[in-house]
Amino acid sequence: MSVGAPGLLAQEERYEHDFETGVARSPWQLFWRRLRSDRVALAALGVIVALVLVAVLAPLVVKLAGAPGPNVQDRNATDVFGTPLGPSGGHWFGVDPLGRDVFSRTVYGARVSLLVGVVGTGVAVLLGVAVGLVAGYYRGWVDTLLSRLVDVVLSFPVLLLGIGIASACSLGKGCVGGAVTPGVRTVILVVALVSWTSIARIVRGQVLSLREREFVVAARSLGASNRRIVVREILPNLTAPIIVYSSLLLPQTILLEAALSFLGVGVSPPTASWGWMIADASDNFDTQWWYMVFPGAALLLTVLAFNLLGDGLRDALDPRAER
Amino acid sequence: MAAYILRRVLWGVVLLVLVSLLTFVVFYVLPSADPAQLRAGRNADPATLAQIRANLGLDRPLTAQYWTFLTQALLHANLGYSYFSQASVGSLLVDRLPATISLTLGAIVIWVLVAVPLGVVSAVRRGTWVDKLTTGGALLGISVPVYWLGLVALYLFASDIGKFPLLPGAGSYVPLTDDPWKWLTSLILPWLVLASTFTAVYARLLRGNMIEVLSEDYVRTARAKGLSERRVVWRHALRAAVTPLVTLAGLDVGLLLGGAVLTETVFGIPGIGRLNYDAIVHADYPVIQGTVLLAAFFVIVANIVVDVAYAYLDPRVRTA
Repeated sequence: MSVGAPGLLAQEERYEHDFETGVARSPWQLFWRRLRSDRVALAALGVIVALVLVAVLAPLVVKLAGAPGPNVQDRNATDVFGTPLGPSGGHWFGVDPLGRDVFSRTVYGARVSLLVGVVGTGVAVLLGVAVGLVAGYYRGWVDTLLSRLVDVVLSFPVLLLGIGIASACSLGKGCVGGAVTPGVRTVILVVALVSWTSIARIVRGQVLSLREREFVVAARSLGASNRRIVVREILPNLTAPIIVYSSLLLPQTILLEAALSFLGVGVSPPTASWGWMIADASDNFDTQWWYMVFPGAALLLTVLAFNLLGDGLRDALDPRAER
Repeated sequence: MAAYILRRVLWGVVLLVLVSLLTFVVFYVLPSADPAQLRAGRNADPATLAQIRANLGLDRPLTAQYWTFLTQALLHANLGYSYFSQASVGSLLVDRLPATISLTLGAIVIWVLVAVPLGVVSAVRRGTWVDKLTTGGALLGISVPVYWLGLVALYLFASDIGKFPLLPGAGSYVPLTDDPWKWLTSLILPWLVLASTFTAVYARLLRGNMIEVLSEDYVRTARAKGLSERRVVWRHALRAAVTPLVTLAGLDVGLLLGGAVLTETVFGIPGIGRLNYDAIVHADYPVIQGTVLLAAFFVIVANIVVDVAYAYLDPRVRTA
């Protein structure tokens, strides 16, 4: 999704003068100053740090809360008919139909969400930046080929592509002759494969204009190699847009993982995943509302925090886009 | 102009062929399940399996299978037959299409009617409570997983299980031709849920564009020559702010017509998305190929329509 913020694109090393103090500041110093004064973004960052801590320290968090592990089935937590019980002192978020503690599974679910979100976005960005750089810099038939590839992937319904690859690689022995086996890694691969195109388009567009700029022409006339021009001259100018679009892509990636798991083609069952929990809860959510509400709320909170931080980063890196 | 359209259409056809090839690679070459195995059951003997494979044409080389599919599709408009129901893929698509179109069109109406005023008003009244409420709500809207929102909506408002039973719940969809009133009421919840994300996305984008446009010189000129503020905002500024969003909206409509798997799943609507999902689970390759191609077709057509509309409005595009 294009978010249209031309101002942050192609920022050269431009020092701005602070008229009050008379101190010249680098773009990065300005960025930090702006971000620090954005209370919403800081709060979002706080939530994200807390979420990461919860995910990393999941066993500790669960232990401190006095809850059983994510795969412990508590027979006493279901009534005589085997219907799971709702939130109580022993199970803060109630239990699922197998008698597993929903709080504990929600905590562990953060691991999958954040892991797939961060690594999946990282891989997608690497891929997208690489394709965009090559296509924009070399132009000609390389550009035509890569841009057409992006066209094909973009005309392919993303979720269906994801379901297809995920179901091929998530069941049985995996796919490509067992090279890709089911599990979190497959989901990361799928998420990256369907998410890289927007970054590639944005980077390509930027490179097309950057490569004609004076500093690139100067570097070329000084005899710099293509590789040096791309890595040392062009790439640094793309840092701001890459940061912004990565941060806006991350929540999308988290939602995509959850959607895949919701459809049953994401992370495989014994592992706790928010999307899968919501799907599992959808059979009996009219009576066992807690099983649906808590994983969904956790997912919403996570995605919201990343979206807020992404907005904050964009505003801080792009002074022209006032709120 | 005609040459431009022709070029776009030809590229669209090529794109469809490439998509079909990609589908073929993803679903045939990386097989998730053996359709013969699924049909024959768990304890089938090898001879039966081989027989089924031969019947389905799965024993032939992959290139030959793809070539047959391609020539049949291009020359005879025949997308093949489902491995399971034996129905032709074309008839399955025709069966499911009305539900998907109903879902999409209603959602579009809601999203345009809500997103445009919200985006404009929050841009014009930047910083007021209206703006804060809109931007906050829009952030929630882009962050909420649509299937979860659907379940919550059902939990609250569905007539069968809801706490405030107001509207028909999941699985209540009836075709428009059967009963228009039931069709309408059964789709209200899905429409609202599906539209929520899009409304949020477009309200945000429109607000950003409006803020930018309102600071342009020609808006100042329009004000200076004494036009009413309402006219300046709703005629001059909105037109410029909305144009870039039309491209995006076109793409999104194309995507939605290809099936809203998640919304259809939650509300039990028998649309294209559900058809595709079930086909993937059952390794029903011809149906997968058909649904993916239909979805890609809508995206490509939406792209062409949007681009041609642009070229019509702005002659510079044609040469680019």
